[in-house]
Amino acid sequence: MAASLLDVLNLEVHYGGIAAVKGVSLAIEPGEMVCLIGANGAGKTTTLKALARMLPAQGEIHYRGERIDALPSHALIGRGLALVPEGRGVFSRLTIAENLAMGAYHRRDGEIAADLDRIHGLLPRLRERTSQLAGTLSGGEQQMLAIGRALMGRPKLLLLDEPSMGLAPLMVQKVFEVIRAVAAQGVTILLVEQNARLALEVCQRGYVMESGRITLADSSKALAADARVRAAYLGA
Amino acid sequence: MDIFLQQLINGLTLGSIYALVALGYTMVYGILGLINFAHGEVVMIGALSSLTFVRLLENSGLPGTLVLLIGLLLAALVCMTLGFAIERVAYRPLRSAPRLAPLITAIGVSIVLQQLAMLIWGRGYHSVPALLPAGRHEFLGASFTNVQVVIVVVAALTMVGLTLLVNRTRLGRAMRATAENPAIAGLMGVDADRIISLTFVIGSALAALAGVLVSANYGIAHYHMGFILGLKAFTAAVLGGIGNLAGAMVGGVLLGVIEALGAGYIGDLTGGVLGSHYQDVFAFFVLIVVLVFRPSGLMGEKVAERA
Ligand SMILES: Nc1ncnc2c1ncn2[C@@H]1O[C@H](COP(=O)(O)OP(=O)(O)OP(=O)(O)O)[C@@H](O)[C@H]1O
Ligand SMILES: [Mg+2]
Repeated sequence: MAASLLDVLNLEVHYGGIAAVKGVSLAIEPGEMVCLIGANGAGKTTTLKALARMLPAQGEIHYRGERIDALPSHALIGRGLALVPEGRGVFSRLTIAENLAMGAYHRRDGEIAADLDRIHGLLPRLRERTSQLAGTLSGGEQQMLAIGRALMGRPKLLLLDEPSMGLAPLMVQKVFEVIRAVAAQGVTILLVEQNARLALEVCQRGYVMESGRITLADSSKALAADARVRAAYLGA
Repeated sequence: MDIFLQQLINGLTLGSIYALVALGYTMVYGILGLINFAHGEVVMIGALSSLTFVRLLENSGLPGTLVLLIGLLLAALVCMTLGFAIERVAYRPLRSAPRLAPLITAIGVSIVLQQLAMLIWGRGYHSVPALLPAGRHEFLGASFTNVQVVIVVVAALTMVGLTLLVNRTRLGRAMRATAENPAIAGLMGVDADRIISLTFVIGSALAALAGVLVSANYGIAHYHMGFILGLKAFTAAVLGGIGNLAGAMVGGVLLGVIEALGAGYIGDLTGGVLGSHYQDVFAFFVLIVVLVFRPSGLMGEKVAERA
């Protein structure tokens, strides 16, 4: 088997004595766009945080042929793994320009300015407000900024945690257009969403998570047709 | 002699020193939410170790200003190493402990440093040689010395430098990002531990400078000089809004001026009952008033609950 971009084996995460992720395994191939759906509290955010090494976890995480489960969180972006966290996590007391610069913090190459231009092209609202404090942006704009900031790090694998959370439908559409454009540029994406309908629409494949375990894994088409998924997540 | 102008000048001098020390408190608080009560002792170590280096070089034939500069640089190295070690040994292991634990440790570190200094430099007061060219200038009925000019100018330049570092450089941006959210900064590749170490190191360099300046101002240094100075600088940081760099600068200068003016007028105000040696009262009076009416300080945000 050719090595996947990301191979997760038996991931387990505990908060105190309570298990939140109970032996999750998943694999993502280069160029794929995969979603992880599930109800509130299923353990989706916990899974992504563990993959980004923000939480102690058991199990194996293989990324581009390397075990990253013992690396510190700050060593990942240099290897091309980025997380856009739940709640966006922009630096509210930094300007938009500074937030984007933070995205390129680990880089020393000469193409940062060119990437900034490209990202401004993708997210024109950010260009108009470069010196505005990020805390004063609307929720949708903050989400755009969080994605733009992650892109400034030139990720190969982008983990997205509920980019649609708290946004008006029109804004959700815009954010997902951007995500599609990012995927089209060849960035591999693992998307966590509660909005299962939307997630299955944009992704080729999906995993369904229930109380800390993966209960279903299939193509989006098959999942969308699955009676259990329809009943639990698609309101049908 | 114009007492108002004179005390304003004296207050400005003292206040610039408070500001330098207050910056150390505020930088650490901004990034860790921790009050490093040992910081005042780092100022003391800076003053006394520079004195030791100066004594070693005194008869070398080098010009006084150069001797002072070398003493300052070596003292800064001592303090930077000390600040680095304090964070590693006393605070890092308690990163996830309840808030009270590092606070108590900080007090412990203060006591250890004071006792250590007493063993090395003794209990006595040391006179600090005047290494800058002496000079006194008259100005509208008030007077000031070369030393005072040097203190104010050096402190001001240092603060401008620090402001540029924090607001305009890649490192400064990472410091501000880490202060706001270390976990997210980590996702951008920022090693928060490194940034925290650097914060202590920079704060300690400022402390060394303050120690050298304050001992040059008074002409004396002793092993317990860091306590009251640290407490006042902490007051200045709270006055300006702890966690806020500009606040520490403004708070420091303001406190120095309030204290000097208070000392100048307290005799008149109390009909001679209280003399100028009561000047320390003003700092703590200011602290109490600020905590009551504006707990977040002049320029700060949320403080009461975390402190
Ligand atoms: N810091 C924490 N301490 C203790 N328990 C936690 C913590 N964070 C999450 N949990 C628990 O872990 C479980 C999984 O939470 P998680 O945030 O991963 O779910 P989620 O699938 O992302 O949910 P949502 O869709 O609401 O974001 C939940 O039961 C939650 O209560
Ligand atoms: Mg979540």
